[in-house]
Amino acid sequence: MELKLMIIDDSNVIRGKISRALTRHNMRVVATAANGEEAVDRFMPEKPDVVTMDLTMPRMDGLECIRKLKKIKPDIKILVVSALADKATAIQALKEGAQGFLCKPFSDDDLTDAMDELLTGA
Amino acid sequence: MDEDQLRVFVGIVQKYFESETGKGPDTGSPYLGDVSDLPMLDFTGVIGISGVRQGCVYITAGPDLLRALLLHVGETDVSDHNLCDLAGEIANTIAGNARLHFGHDFMISVPVIVRGAAQAIHMPRNTKAYVIPFRWRKHPASLVVSLQ
Repeated sequence: MELKLMIIDDSNVIRGKISRALTRHNMRVVATAANGEEAVDRFMPEKPDVVTMDLTMPRMDGLECIRKLKKIKPDIKILVVSALADKATAIQALKEGAQGFLCKPFSDDDLTDAMDELLTGA
Repeated sequence: MDEDQLRVFVGIVQKYFESETGKGPDTGSPYLGDVSDLPMLDFTGVIGISGVRQGCVYITAGPDLLRALLLHVGETDVSDHNLCDLAGEIANTIAGNARLHFGHDFMISVPVIVRGAAQAIHMPRNTKAYVIPFRWRKHPASLVVSLQ
């Protein structure tokens, strides 16, 4: 079954990279957003199954956005894709409700592996 | 900033290009730059640092390097908009990865993009700025790190 994906990242280049890799991985991009505010606005109409979430973004950062999206749809699956490489940030993101954490830079294989782990709960 | 910390940034630059392209850059010898004459190429992504350290980290590159990198990762839109975006994203990734060494309180800003080699990043006079020059596919670029 094709899963509905939302990509949240302030970089157009990263949104494109994630989109290309995960479209080839049987996912359909239903929405993108460049910051947390846009993400909250665009989330409801599309009701994605999975979200990739950057953390450092203008206007509303990724941690606050995770909190808001989890309130709207508690069972949403969230893979954080961030350059913030310290363990404390990863733990914080998981505590907020993300289920996976992938550190930038990443290859397409890193991304699809992380997504597979997220979806299978491995 | 000591030699070990400088080495951290050299390693992060190396890892970035290896991960994105499979080939690391040729890194030159880092040097202490004159804050009034730091390298500036056409596209510069700047990250402000606050918290446990204050200062900035920036990457500066020409369009040829950024265009080649975009094409390598499968991006066909090599407009100036995406070149700016990529310069910011590289700076963000390098500064963010540095938290593995400097810790959670090494706070990073969202990227600011400076366009044009004639521009300059103004540093406080009392800070030191280390320049890490490198080439990827023969295209020159520099990472500049200035931390109090």
